[in-house]
Formats: sequence, C-alpha cells, structure tokens
Amino acid sequence: MAAKEGQLQTPAAEADTLLALRKRPRVGESLIQAFLFLCGILSVFTTIGIVYELSKESLLFFTRQQWESTNKPIVEDIEATWTSFEVGTSGSAVDIGDTVRLEHEVMLVTDIQRDRLIVERGVDGTVPAVHRAGMDLEIAEQVTLREFFGKTEWNPQIGKYGIWALINATMVTSLIALSIALPLGLGVAIFLSEYATLRTRSILKPILEVLSGVPTVVYGYFALTFVTPLLRSMLGRDTVEIYNTAAAGLVMGVLILPIVSSMSEDALSAVPNSLREAAYALGATKLETALKVILPAAFSGITAAFIVAASRAIGETMIVAVAAGAGPKFTFNPFEAAETMTGHIVRISGGDLSYNSLDYNSIFAIGLMLFLMTLVLNIISQQVVRRFREEYE
Amino acid sequence: MSNHQQPTPRTPADFRPDLKRRKRQGNMWQVVFRASTAVGIIVLLALLFNIANTAFGYVAVEESVDADSLSGDGRALEQLTVAELAAVLEENVSAGLYRRFQSEGPLEARSPEEILELIYERVVEPKVVAQWTLFASFFQRSRISDELVAYPDAEVRFESWIDLAFITTPQSADAMRAGVRTAILGSLWTILIAFLFGFPLGVGAAIYLEEYAADTPVNRVIQTNINNLAGVPSIIYGILGLAIFVRLLEPVTSGAIFGLVDATTANGRTVLSAGMTLGLLILPLIIINSQEAIKAVPNSLREAAYGLGATRWQVVWSHVLPSALSGILTGTILAMSRAIGETAPLVVVGASTYITFDPSGPFSKFTTLPIQIFQWTTRPQDVFRNIAAAAIVVLLIMLLSLNATAVVLRNRYQQRL
Repeated sequence: MAAKEGQLQTPAAEADTLLALRKRPRVGESLIQAFLFLCGILSVFTTIGIVYELSKESLLFFTRQQWESTNKPIVEDIEATWTSFEVGTSGSAVDIGDTVRLEHEVMLVTDIQRDRLIVERGVDGTVPAVHRAGMDLEIAEQVTLREFFGKTEWNPQIGKYGIWALINATMVTSLIALSIALPLGLGVAIFLSEYATLRTRSILKPILEVLSGVPTVVYGYFALTFVTPLLRSMLGRDTVEIYNTAAAGLVMGVLILPIVSSMSEDALSAVPNSLREAAYALGATKLETALKVILPAAFSGITAAFIVAASRAIGETMIVAVAAGAGPKFTFNPFEAAETMTGHIVRISGGDLSYNSLDYNSIFAIGLMLFLMTLVLNIISQQVVRRFREEYE
Repeated sequence: MSNHQQPTPRTPADFRPDLKRRKRQGNMWQVVFRASTAVGIIVLLALLFNIANTAFGYVAVEESVDADSLSGDGRALEQLTVAELAAVLEENVSAGLYRRFQSEGPLEARSPEEILELIYERVVEPKVVAQWTLFASFFQRSRISDELVAYPDAEVRFESWIDLAFITTPQSADAMRAGVRTAILGSLWTILIAFLFGFPLGVGAAIYLEEYAADTPVNRVIQTNINNLAGVPSIIYGILGLAIFVRLLEPVTSGAIFGLVDATTANGRTVLSAGMTLGLLILPLIIINSQEAIKAVPNSLREAAYGLGATRWQVVWSHVLPSALSGILTGTILAMSRAIGETAPLVVVGASTYITFDPSGPFSKFTTLPIQIFQWTTRPQDVFRNIAAAAIVVLLIMLLSLNATAVVLRNRYQQRL
C-alpha cells in the first residue's frame, strides 16, 4: 500500500504499532528466570535438608529404646502366670518403674522387695511365657539429654553417651591450633600489609595460599609421620603417645594460618592510607602506626578472621582422624590420644554402617552439635563485621 | 584560672631518649612479623620434604626363593615363554593350588605378565624387611650398611615408590605391588559428577542473584544462606549425603530403578552418591566465585545491550556470561581442587577402602585417592607409609595441574578486561 506524503496513519495501523510496542509475554524468558530462581533456592533446601535430617535422626537417638544386660540371672523357673520372682543380687541396679525384658517378653517393674521383683507381665503387646532359671534380665535404656550433656564418658558398647569426652578433645585440638594460628597469622598479615614490598607480597601470598590448598588428609599424614616423631624425640617417648592431640592441633594450626593471615590482611589493607600518613606525621614509628592505629581500625575484620578460623578448626576432620587417636577419652593432656567429634564420626562410619543402629543415629546427634557450634560461630563473625565495622570515606 | 598555666616548652632533646627505645622496639617486632611468615614457609617445605623423604629411598627385600634361580638355566624370569613360566609355577606350588589356577583359566592361554604376577605372589614372595628414607639413603649410608647385617638374605635396592607401575596397577593387599589406578579413576569419576551437578546449578544461582534478584527478603535469605553454607564443615555434607543420597535415594543412586542391579542387593554407596555429595559441598564455593566474576563485568556492557533492545536473558547469555566465563571457570576449577582433596565426606558416604576393580560407571562402588591415602596412613606397617607418600605425590600433581589451569585462565582473563 503506497502511503501518500503527509497522510496520517489509519486508526487500524496505529493500533498495530501500539500492539507491537507493548510488552509481549515471553514464555522462554519466564521459564529461564524460574529455573535460575530454583538454582538459588536449592541452597536453602540444602540447609533445610541438613537441619531436618540431623534433627530427625538425633531425635531417634534420644528416643530409641535399647536393651542392656543387667547381669542379673533369674534364680528359679518362672511360670507364665507369676507376677513376682527372685533375681540374682549381683549386676546393675533395677528400680521401680523400669522396663525389663526376659527373652522376648517385656515387663514393667511395679515394686521391689529385696531381690524379689513384682512385675506386670506381658506389656508392650508381648505374651507372658515360661522362663528358665539362669536367664539374664535385660533392662531398657534410653540416652537422656541429661546423660548426653552431663557425662564425660563416651562408650556406646557399654551404653555410655557423654558427649563431653568428644567435645573436650575437639576443644583441646582447636585451642592448640588457634594458639598457633592466631598470633602467627596476625604477624604474617601485619608483615604483608604494612612492611612487605609489593614484590615480596606477590611472592609470599601465593605460597601461603598453597598451604591452605593442601588436602587435609596430607596434613594428617604430616602430623603422624613428622610432627609426632619430632615431639616424641623432644619430650620423650613416655610423655608423648603415638597418637596425640598436640601433633594434630599443631598441624591444624598450620592449616588455618592462611585463613587468619589472608582475612586479616584484607582487613588491614582496607584501612585507608590517610590514617597511616596522619600517624607518621605525628611522629609515630611504623610499629606504633601498625599496632595503635591500623590494627584497631581493622578490628572487626580481624575478629571475624579469628572466629572463622575457630569454626574451621572445630569442623576439621582428617588431621584428627589420622593423628589424634581412635577411642574417646576425657583428658586435658595434649600428649594423650583422644577422639574428637569429627574423628569419631569418621571412625564409626567407615565401612557398612547399618541404618537401624544407635551408632548410625549417634553420628547425627554429634553432627547436629557440630553444625550448631560452627553455625553460631559463623553468625557471630558476620555480626561482628556488620556491627563493629569502622567506615572510612 | 589555675589550670590555665603556660605549659613548659619542650625541646627536641626531651623526645630523644624515648626515640631509641621506640626504634628498637620497632625493629624487634619487625623480626617477629618476618619470623611468623618464615614459619609458614618452613612448615610447607618440611611437609614437602617429609613426603619426598618417604616416597623414595633404599629398601631391603627378602625373597623366599631367588627369582633368577627359578628358570634353572640362569635366564631371568622375564625372558621365559608362557609354557616355561607355567612349568616353573607347577614345580613350585602345591598340586592343589596349581589345579585351582588352571580351573580359573588355563595358564597356557594367559599372558606372560599374568603368570609372572602369580609366580611373584606365590613363589618368590618378595617382602620388604627394612626401608630407609631418602635422606638416609644419601647421607647415612654407613648406618644403612650397619643395619643390613641383620638381614643377610636381603637384596638392597633404591626404590622409587612412585613409578609407572604404581599409577597403572590396581589396589593390592601387598604394599610392594599395590597401585592407585582404581583410586585415580574413582577420584576422576566423583569430581566429574560433582562438576556436572554443581556447575550448572551454581552458575544458575549466581546469575539469579546478580542479574535477576531484587532486594527482597527472600533473596537476602538466599544470599545469607549461601554464605553460611560455605562455612559448614565438610563432614556435615557427608552426613547429609549419607541420609539423602545413600539412604533415601538408594533406588536411584544404586541404579536399581534403572534395572541395573537387583533391588534386594542395591547399595547406595556409589560413585553417584559421592559425586552429588561433593557437588553440594562445592556449590556455595562455585556460587560465590561466579558472583564475583559476574560482578566484575562492567555495567556499560549490559546497558549497551539493553539499549539495542535485548531481553534480560539475551543480555546475560550473549554479553555477561561470555565476559565472566573465564572468571567463572577459574572459580569452578578452584572449587574442584577442593573437591578432589576431600576425604571426610566420602568416608561418611561410604567409600570402600579395598577395591581392586576399576569403577565402571556412576553406579559402581569406588575408592578415591584421598581415601586410599587415609587408609594406608592408618595401617600399622611402615611400608604402607611409603605408598601413602607416593599416593600423596600423585594427588599433589593432580591438584597442581588443576591449579595451573586456573592460573592460566586467570591470566588470560585479566588481560582481556
């Protein structure tokens, strides 16, 4: 259609143009956006998955009933109708209200007269039956929160579930690691940010990065085959055991040193140069500038680095699994073997672990503790950065 | 007022006595700072020395029978034909054992290497009775010859625990003939799956957060959550993998749902479960690294594209991603090098420690290099320390090549922008 010069568009053509300019629905674009949103939300599902699985199995850990031998044999044959019988005097104590078991029959203890138990037969849907003399009486045990947090012995074979044996070892290794990594890491950071020339820095930083890139199992090997023999030759073979928390802690300190140094160095470098120049102009030496002006200004970043390092030390696994020893033990002596929370998880989950065992559930209970501890530390570190950050413009 | 006194004027001399002390203090602390840096480097050197020290060195090997005397005419075993080797074997093992070998597959039909292996395993039985470090092999030879007196029958040779045979032979209970072939393949399989799982999802999430997400509470939760996930200990991911991939999704991860294995014997402790666990582990790292790369793309590029009428996805796909790609790849490779060294989550997910066959696919059982190192390190016999050191060398070389790739990519990337 040939348009005449100066002629206005027909109303129909005008509507067409408007329609063409209007935002068209783009199905493809929306689908892509939805997919990308799903990718983002997946990380939230991961967290939910972690929390849900850890809590669910931990709950099973605390509610699961398991039968333990009392080492009390019954002294006479018991008929199915009897509601009281005598048991041996030895073995562990039975109290009123306890649930006990003979073979497959479950009973409730209603009263105790010396060595005679008065029981309610056939509870929990079991059938009263005849039992022969000498049969061992079993008692139902549950892991209580009070035992979990109140006891210092962890030995699932004999029903001891005191988490402090494991937490204590974690604390010992982490404290040793931090006492190495914090001062050294801060020293490295101050050197790199305040003293080193650009050239030195560009050489040293990658070398330190290599330290944090070495797989932790290699550090474990190093602790066991180098640091432990070194400690033993220096302090005596009687003082230092082959597996000990000191070697594991020291090497862990080396592992987290680059974390402390690089995060602290970032914080120090972020302090504007005007502060340094002002301090120099007032006659401060390099050291005084670094320690009294720059360090306080970078306080929040350095604290965050320390906390992140602590959280990393608590969750560190392979070094302690290799070098700290197998077998939970409540000890403050760093030269003795002790098993940390992570080390314990690795040891009992090696091999085919049956899904319906208390061991399987206990992994999750310990894991939940570990998760909460590191989560709290990470949140604190983020808060510190947010709350105490000094802004210079 | 009384406190409005004129201060006594100070001369430069008043400051001088202090100055000396302050300068000394400054120098002293500078030494401390330098020393802390030196400690880090010294430990790194000690670590490398310790590994090299154990990966090479003299060994004393005792053989039940002298290998060269077996042929009877002074020829080395390697020069014999299959028939002659079979004869040697028949002569030296019990009749029952020989029949068992024959029933497993006629000896005449086997390759000479295979029979040679059998002869070494059953007849020669080489056993390491003593081994020395690389350091001792060079500088303490007199000590070695003193100690050798205790082993009159032993043959001494310089052993490089890492060699071609170590890389190409599968795992074995005998340290002398154990290799890391299955472990290397297992490692490659798991990180391949971790990459296929983590890369698209991680980059997708990064694009969403950088290019699409408005500042809403939901998006802030996602971002905070990713930062927190990066700080979760790796063993927790192992526990998650055990609960979700190994147990809950067992029909999928064992391959039973595809009819590959019998449902009754299905076991979720497979390459697939391990790879997905590692994928989840490196997901936050990939997201954070990719976000940095996308942030670095100048806004003018996006605006130019929008100005030409491009849609949001067109802007992302043809402008932002090509510019950010090398940064994203660098970050991903660094995340993969983290994954390849991870041990704890794989132990929890259930890597098998003793596997002599190559992983054949995502549904096979597996072992990985770090797992192998862990297992050998914790064995009580000293000789396993040597092969653990050799395996560490292999692992470090793999890591080094991954990181070198990342550095090359990073350099190209810096040149372009």
